[in-house]
Amino acid sequence: MTVEAQILTALEAVRDPELDEPVTTLGFVASCTVSAGGDAQVRLRLPTYFCAPNFAFLMVADAYDAVSAVVGVRHAEVILEDHFAADAINAGVAARSGFVQSFDGLAVAELDELRADFVRKAVLAGTDRVCRPLLAAGASTDDLAEMTLGDVPSTDDLDRLRSRRVELGLPSDDGSPLLVDTVTGEGIGAEALPLHLRRARLTQVNTEANGSICGGMLRHRYGTQVQGELEEVR
Amino acid sequence: MYEKDGNKYFIVDSHMHYWDASPENWVAGHENHAKGWIDCFHAYQSLGPPETHWTIEHFYKASEEDLMKDVFEDGHVDKAIFQPTYLKEWYTEGFNTTAQNAALAEKHPDKFIVNGRWDPRDGDAGIKQLEEDVAKHGLKGVKMYTAEWRDGSRGWTLKDPEAYRFLEKSQELGIKNIHVHKGPTIWPLDKDAFDVSDVDHAATDFPDLNFIVEHVGLPRIEDFCFMATQEPNVYAGLSVVIGGFMHARPKFFAKVMGELLFWVGEDKMTFGSDYSIWEPKWQVEGFVDWDYPSDEFSDYPRVNVDTKKKILGLNAAKLYGIEVPQECRLADEGAPAAPDDAKLVEDGVKV
Repeated sequence: MTVEAQILTALEAVRDPELDEPVTTLGFVASCTVSAGGDAQVRLRLPTYFCAPNFAFLMVADAYDAVSAVVGVRHAEVILEDHFAADAINAGVAARSGFVQSFDGLAVAELDELRADFVRKAVLAGTDRVCRPLLAAGASTDDLAEMTLGDVPSTDDLDRLRSRRVELGLPSDDGSPLLVDTVTGEGIGAEALPLHLRRARLTQVNTEANGSICGGMLRHRYGTQVQGELEEVR
Repeated sequence: MYEKDGNKYFIVDSHMHYWDASPENWVAGHENHAKGWIDCFHAYQSLGPPETHWTIEHFYKASEEDLMKDVFEDGHVDKAIFQPTYLKEWYTEGFNTTAQNAALAEKHPDKFIVNGRWDPRDGDAGIKQLEEDVAKHGLKGVKMYTAEWRDGSRGWTLKDPEAYRFLEKSQELGIKNIHVHKGPTIWPLDKDAFDVSDVDHAATDFPDLNFIVEHVGLPRIEDFCFMATQEPNVYAGLSVVIGGFMHARPKFFAKVMGELLFWVGEDKMTFGSDYSIWEPKWQVEGFVDWDYPSDEFSDYPRVNVDTKKKILGLNAAKLYGIEVPQECRLADEGAPAAPDDAKLVEDGVKV
């Protein structure tokens, strides 16, 4: 595998925190080059000039870490293009400054909590994606309340749900409940379950809706069909 | 008025603009922001049908003739509500101000409702300005941007004591409708600028005011819905929802509408074209024809002619006291339309 290919693979682990999708499939990676000496440069682009700078910062910082960790990369540079806060973000990430220092006087908190909030949303949305097929196959909500992760047939959605739960430190082994509170990690009882599933679906719909808007905006801005864009059958 | 299959729809466009984003109006030193802003709006337009796309030059500034034709002649709109967006840091004369809107409204009596704005950071001067604006324009509504950055301030929230002072003043001056922009935005940097929890507080403490959350909190529809379902005086402003999804992503549109109908309900949703991002014509016609595309959506609340009449005009007419011709009213005005599962939420949730 070439170093470029390794970098692109590494970037698959970098997600838009809000859309919970890799920057690679979202079309956010504009280019990736490596010199013979191992100097890597990755350029990122976003759907609008005013995309939220907190999320942009997280993606650039995560990309920097991912690229730096690739064997064969001596020096990593990640550049956000065409964004109103590009200079502050690029310089801050390159200097390994935090968000607060990068936006001197404008920001008062680092972004860990924000990130965790969005992983919680990803767990809820993932819960919808895993549970809906089970309900369609005839499971009742009472059944779901009794089920553990190990009871669910293995799918990509299940793996993804499990990995997001790991990130948050929520119970994630085969014996843990399929449905858990995204803050406390406690199982959801049968009584509270219908509303929990409603919220999960709402969160999934919201994520999909955002993804579709972002994809459409990016396509308008750069005139390209976005690779892996969430497509729907018309 | 729009008529289809013998049904007559009274159309209130409750969220539209008359802006000037032409380069002559860009503030020196802020050209990138001014251009970035309008380019971003233009990208939104690309989500509508191709035949409704404008060139960027046209998009910078619609003429008065364009607006009157697009909105009223072609767009079926009976009453249009101007929502101002000042942005004076970037646009010399403002992007779209109450005064500019009022000048147009004066030339075309009975077509427009002119809304104002306030910002609690303006303090006493802001209160005075609000009093003057109400005296001059008879404001019934205001539009605010809680995330607007200014002079080192990173925005404000509706639950700030200063904001409460303005809400009290608004109420005293006869303003009924508080439109809050909770949607695509820029500042502040370090907290979630789309947070809608402040609306929750203000709506509880000001039960006689209506809070219309424009763009339904996108990209946080889930937070918005969960808040709105618990507050009787919180409404969903559909600007961007119809324009941004109905054509470009019909399936997502169906899901978003289904969720809004379930959590918020058809009595509390209001149409807004967001002109001149999108023209109302295709939105009104498309929405009247719209239904869920398949059985996949069977557990969402159903939509019928009355649902659409309410959303396209009757709900906003109620909020603004606009008289609706008899022929456009509901056959049975007493029909309840609360979501069936409201009780589920009341019983099961504590937020």
